[in-house]
Amino acid sequence: MRDLLFHGACSAIILTLTACGGGNSGSTILVGEFASLTGKEATFGISSHEGTQLAIEELNAAGGVLGKKFELKTEDDQSKAGEPANVVNKLISKDGVVAILGEVASSRSLEAAPIAQQNKIPMISPASTNPKVTETGDYIFRVCFIDPFQGTVMANFATKTLKAKKVAVFTDVKSDYSKGLAKFFKEGFTKAGGTIAGELDFNGGDKDFKAQLTAIKSAAPDAVFVPGYYTDVALICIQAKQLGLNVPLFGGDGWESETLLNIGKDAVEGHYFSTHYAADAASPKVTAFVAAYKKRYNGKVPDAMAALGYDSAMFLADGIKRAGSTDGDKIREALAATTDFDAVTGKMRINEHRDAVKSAVILQVKGGAFKYLETVSP
Amino acid sequence: MEWFLQQLINGLALGSIYALIALGYTMVYGVLRFINFAHSDVLMLGAFSAYYVAPAIEKVLPLPSVLGALVIILISTLICAGIGMLIEFLAYRPLRNRPKLTVLITAIGVSLFIEFTCQHKSVFGADTKPFPQLLPATDFHVLGLIISSNDLLVVFITAILLTALWFIVQRTKMGTAMRAVSFNQQAAALMGVNINKIISFTFGLGSALAAIAGILYALKAPGIEPLMGVQPGLRAFVAAVLGGIGNLPGAALGGLLLGLLETFAGGISGLSNYRDGIAFAILILILLFKPAGLLGKATIEKV
Repeated sequence: MRDLLFHGACSAIILTLTACGGGNSGSTILVGEFASLTGKEATFGISSHEGTQLAIEELNAAGGVLGKKFELKTEDDQSKAGEPANVVNKLISKDGVVAILGEVASSRSLEAAPIAQQNKIPMISPASTNPKVTETGDYIFRVCFIDPFQGTVMANFATKTLKAKKVAVFTDVKSDYSKGLAKFFKEGFTKAGGTIAGELDFNGGDKDFKAQLTAIKSAAPDAVFVPGYYTDVALICIQAKQLGLNVPLFGGDGWESETLLNIGKDAVEGHYFSTHYAADAASPKVTAFVAAYKKRYNGKVPDAMAALGYDSAMFLADGIKRAGSTDGDKIREALAATTDFDAVTGKMRINEHRDAVKSAVILQVKGGAFKYLETVSP
Repeated sequence: MEWFLQQLINGLALGSIYALIALGYTMVYGVLRFINFAHSDVLMLGAFSAYYVAPAIEKVLPLPSVLGALVIILISTLICAGIGMLIEFLAYRPLRNRPKLTVLITAIGVSLFIEFTCQHKSVFGADTKPFPQLLPATDFHVLGLIISSNDLLVVFITAILLTALWFIVQRTKMGTAMRAVSFNQQAAALMGVNINKIISFTFGLGSALAAIAGILYALKAPGIEPLMGVQPGLRAFVAAVLGGIGNLPGAALGGLLLGLLETFAGGISGLSNYRDGIAFAILILILLFKPAGLLGKATIEKV
């Protein structure tokens, strides 16, 4: 089944290349990618994969690096726990990739990271924001900001822009991402003088949230922080609206997906979330990326995961170029020494924890689309 | 007080869905003495049938409308009744005279088969799909409480279906035959009851119930995916056991109780993480004192 999915997801060019079974001794640099191409967070995986694929194609069109072209080998982890370990093991031991790109979800990156670390294969997560991911070891990097920063950004946003004094927090206890973000938000918000009006939990995949939302409503908060993923968030917004909980809901980058709008419809209108970049921002780098992406994927507007997927591949290529080698140790050193990398999602540097230091943007759902509201620098 | 009443409404609405699903479990058990684990997947198929039928119906009847919704529900119900009978014919009938455990394991197999086949992208795909709004929905505001029309509908339909089922089982010829099969298959066959027909009918009816439950569930939470039946299915199974498996009013009572317990446990700040733990701990306590369930009759097993 995985093979079938893989065939469907990858372009014919890559397929042909893979069928030849490159390895690294030959004329190509084999890069492994794992993503949630199907399953609960499928739109994240598909977006990041499309971004990565576009980057690899652009790099190859420009002649590749070190005189070699890139070859991308993609595996689907079906948004399931347990699968990332399987597919990353396979990519490293069977296919012999020089580096791993993936995943969006922190829980799944955390599963794969120890394997990459053990095998001394650099791994770059495009969008896992939980701090624990890069704490696994010195071969693990990311091109996105981390949850302490995102949590603080949202805490400042709640106090300054929303002028909220009391905020309720509604956490997905099944996800490391959600729990981490909730923790850092609470710390930041109480430090800024706010009160947490209530702390309620749900399990990702639940369909009925009315019990918790009724409790939240009776606590009368000024706003509700919901650091969840888009499928759950859409249902939460619908049921909050039904219960007459008419305060702003806001969350993190887990919200960003077309599915949020498709399911949530008018119930998600007016709510806010922080993310990595805005497709409607006026920067030449973003404009060029959006145009290339639209051309490649039938007019589809790239979301943050697509931009980060693109950045992760570009960042790796930059590292390999500076290392002058495809040796795991050398790539690792080059990546760790990055001080100024111009990514689509903004200028970034890599700090001592191998996390990207860069700015965040806040988007609002307006008229059935995501609209740019403000940029927050670290 | 307002908080309490609102949670009561939330709990009843959730419990009614569980009750509706539990009715299907308990009816099949009543006749065949085995748990049809594929019931929760027929529920999912019901929601997906409606999802795929809706655009076609929308061309003829405007949506959301009561008439349009009724037609869609009817078609989905028929599709699922057919699927239910097919499952019985293909998977359970060949095992009719085998030990009950064999059939039970097969039921789990059928359930997994449906779930994972449907997750394949050439079937439904694993991503969540937005369920269309079939019915005009409003929220009623009464004394500071909010009752959604969908929730009222669920309670109403569950009550009607419970009565209708009770009527079918107790007052019709088909129902008499079902009860006869449930008592003793061989004796019923000797009395001229067509066993295969009765069992087929039972599965058809059970699956039709599942389809209705699936659509109502999807109206409540309009994001559907192939695994959507697993959680409510498990809860409904527990509800059926709690009420006394094989007992129709028991299933409804068990469903309501479970819905209320979950809602009240889930509505406590700081404790909502443990909502299933609290609900299930109470259920275990109840079953310790009434092992046959709330309305079930204790039977002596002949060895």
